[in-house]
Amino acid sequence: MTARVGVITFPGSLDDVDAARAVARAGGTPVPVWHGETDLCGLAAVILPGGFSYGDYLRCGAIARFAPVLAELIPAARDGLPVLGICNGFQILCEAHLLPGALTRNAGLRFINRAVRVRVEDTRTPWTRDYAQDQEITVVLKSGEGAYVADHATLARLTAGGRVVARYAGGNPNGSVGDIAGVRSEAGNVVGLMPHPEHAIDPLTGPGTDGLGFFTSVLRSVTGDVLVPDGADG
Amino acid sequence: MSAADTVPQAAASPERPQPYAELGLTDAEYTRIRDLLGRRPTDAELAIYSVMWSEHCSYKSSRVHLRRFAESAPPSPALLAGIGQQAGVVDIGQGYAVTFKVESHNHPSYVEPFQGAATGVGGIVRDILAMGARPVAVMDSLRFGPADAPDTRRVLPGVVAGISFYGNCLGLPNIGGELAFDPCYSGNPLVNALCVGVMRHADLKDAAARGPGNKVILFGSRTGPDGIGGASVLASATFGGTDSAKRPSVQVGDPFTEKLLVECCLELYAAGVVAAIQDLGAAGVSCATAELAAGGGSGMRVELDAVPLRDRGLGPAEILMSESQERMMAVVEPGHVGRFMQICARWGVLATVIGEVTGTGRLQMSWHGEQVVDILPGTAADEGPVYQRPIQRPAGQDELQADDPATLARPVSGPQLRATLLSLLASPGQADKSWVTEQYDRHVRGNTVLAMPEDAGVLRVDEQTGLGVALATDGNGRFCLLDPYAGAQLALAEAYRNVAATGAVPLAVTNCLNFGSPEDPGVMWQFSEAVRGLADGCAALGVPVTGGNVSFYNQTDAVPIHPTPVVGVLGVHADVARRVPIGFSTAGASIVLLGRTGAEFGGSAWAHVAHGHIGGRPPAVDLAAERALAAVLTEAAAAGLLDAAHDLSDGGLAVALAESCLAGGLGGQVSVPGDPFTELFSESAGRAVLALRPGSEQALARLAAGHGVTAQVLGAVGGTSLVVTGAFDIPVGELRAAHRGTLPALFD
Repeated sequence: MTARVGVITFPGSLDDVDAARAVARAGGTPVPVWHGETDLCGLAAVILPGGFSYGDYLRCGAIARFAPVLAELIPAARDGLPVLGICNGFQILCEAHLLPGALTRNAGLRFINRAVRVRVEDTRTPWTRDYAQDQEITVVLKSGEGAYVADHATLARLTAGGRVVARYAGGNPNGSVGDIAGVRSEAGNVVGLMPHPEHAIDPLTGPGTDGLGFFTSVLRSVTGDVLVPDGADG
Repeated sequence: MSAADTVPQAAASPERPQPYAELGLTDAEYTRIRDLLGRRPTDAELAIYSVMWSEHCSYKSSRVHLRRFAESAPPSPALLAGIGQQAGVVDIGQGYAVTFKVESHNHPSYVEPFQGAATGVGGIVRDILAMGARPVAVMDSLRFGPADAPDTRRVLPGVVAGISFYGNCLGLPNIGGELAFDPCYSGNPLVNALCVGVMRHADLKDAAARGPGNKVILFGSRTGPDGIGGASVLASATFGGTDSAKRPSVQVGDPFTEKLLVECCLELYAAGVVAAIQDLGAAGVSCATAELAAGGGSGMRVELDAVPLRDRGLGPAEILMSESQERMMAVVEPGHVGRFMQICARWGVLATVIGEVTGTGRLQMSWHGEQVVDILPGTAADEGPVYQRPIQRPAGQDELQADDPATLARPVSGPQLRATLLSLLASPGQADKSWVTEQYDRHVRGNTVLAMPEDAGVLRVDEQTGLGVALATDGNGRFCLLDPYAGAQLALAEAYRNVAATGAVPLAVTNCLNFGSPEDPGVMWQFSEAVRGLADGCAALGVPVTGGNVSFYNQTDAVPIHPTPVVGVLGVHADVARRVPIGFSTAGASIVLLGRTGAEFGGSAWAHVAHGHIGGRPPAVDLAAERALAAVLTEAAAAGLLDAAHDLSDGGLAVALAESCLAGGLGGQVSVPGDPFTELFSESAGRAVLALRPGSEQALARLAAGHGVTAQVLGAVGGTSLVVTGAFDIPVGELRAAHRGTLPALFD
């Protein structure tokens, strides 16, 4: 029996097939979820994939945040459903206020597609438990608006709460504040990540297999011992 | 709204002057239209003929030459659809077919680099989609003026950003291409975009409207006043207005709409509700209706006032000429229209029935109930003018070929050879292209096995079996200037070699022929020679041309660009896990050179970079040797003998070795027999450098001998430097610094 992990497709989602492939490669059952759905049908976890939902019109993620499926997803996420937003998915989670901060234009004002080193700094989330603390992994960055920003108070809270899930380790590619590549919600079940772990699951098509851990982690989390991070700040 | 010029009015007012010259039609062409119709054309009909008989759509100057491709095509059971379709379709086995095509968007990209390049990608993707295939990757072949010219700083970043914007947002990986610089492309940049798509054999669609009563559906974006400078001429001339708004002549792309259109079309195909389909590109509704109607031979009736507009002020002629992007036209059986509309609604794609197939054999259009078009569609689509343009070998050609690079000062000492390699690596044409390629998404869809800076892009088609394809594009304007016949064959041979170097078996060819004005007899000689060379080359290599594109008028005043045929070759990998990259990554692996080296420097990168010289003869072409080399490469890859393989082209062995060191991160030590300068920098064709899996030396030697290919062991991979015994030792870090710095310094 394998866990059913939903992958939402918005108009303009692009890396949905890749996220689904990564779930399957990790041993899970990927379930395509159309943005117009209003029922999550008992999914064990949900991934918001990369892409250009609604053409990035207005702001990245700003329109997807109002998709019908988000009306279901937002309360479910607040109730503890594991949710991973990758790239555009991260932007949507920020727009939906499930994660703090925002993603802005890269410092160089150009799209960047590059394999990057990332340090996993929080291994207590359901998406990162298969990594070792401070493990450095190689994943694929591909985004034009990947620079993470947040106000000082938010950054202080993220740092104090250990909520920075990943930081760029081999130089800051896009001007993200504090080299931040990913953050999590206070409860830890919602994770946003700018680089793409789903493009690092097979040496044939990516820079290695380092990204697979996000998908094996969530499958292990939802099929048994549910993990709640300690140190959550109030 | 102005009243439209109707068919009865046209019949009743034969004397009315019409602005055919402003629309690009000659006196003779206009007379021929009147003869065909037996009256003067209406404004709408004139619009149709003017765009359909344009050079771009009718191939009127090139057609007599392009016939060679079909006439001398080698028999190929792999070809499922060929020249004349939107794109050729090739059987790659296991029930899969692949379609691919390269098309130019040179002029729009000069006028407005970002949108020009973006819509170039959009247009070629719809061509592939219209064949029934899912587009799976793009490539781009780019040429600009000198890298340090002010205008290149305007054009190049805009073009790259446009390709990045459109391709990335559309979710198509960009897996390769070219970037070259030469003063001849100042004012005439070449932006050639390639798209490849995959389908099952049964999914092949055609563009033929059949079955009277079937509905004609226009879907996608609304029609606006994009790219209809010509129609504005018509409007103002016809209606006497001097204040008519200037229309933008460059189209604006919306990749989000195109992404929806792609997914929508694929769902429509899967639902079996599409009887025929055509993309809207140049000449928009004119082309789609005329070609669909001509293809099916049955006739079509269209209500032009049903076309959804973005600008309600457009009249019939403007609607017919509009090049608004992201539109498709389908022919649908009446019983399938409901399902068709449902699927479009799910994707948020606007779809409108604008007419139906008839049995009249005529293309008829109305505007608010009045007939404005009544023509035989074939007269617009297939029976355009055909010109046998004058051909004259340029007077300076002999002098150019006599200007042999043998007289140029050559590096002799070790330090001179060392400096030559570093300067070549740092030259804009050879320098690291990451500044460009990092702006493109190469990973999306998860099937990219090799991408730039590899010799060819390699895509997985089937995840279970590992079946895949390799694609490379190549062109060399310098070689073609010196000898267009040989130059076209060298471009073909290089792309063929690049595909084989990854381990793929080359299968089929597409091309984009970029030339100056066809009205210049010297240019037509170049064109005719290049086509002849390419056709003969394809026959000799056993790979058919499946389609292509011609771009003329790439010239500023009287000075044309170098003749620049860009050739794309598609190959098949039985299992992409056997692909061979260019990088040296295993210490101790033997480095082997395949092929023979002569002193060939005409049109070489060295002559260009070190001396700004172009003259002499390009390298000799030996297509039998190319075929043998490719056989060795593909068989060695299949047998698992190769750790790395890299074709030799610009900059010869030295640049190839340096690139393999840079890609793999390891150095190598080699000895070269004979004159080091010739061995290192000659651009003799038909060569590749290999790194062998340990223990494969004898098997490789047997394989090469069996195919009559010369194989020399030059040395071994390892260490942190590229060492050429007796000449130089360059740390990989120093190679990298030289290679990496150039483009960021120019364009950041």
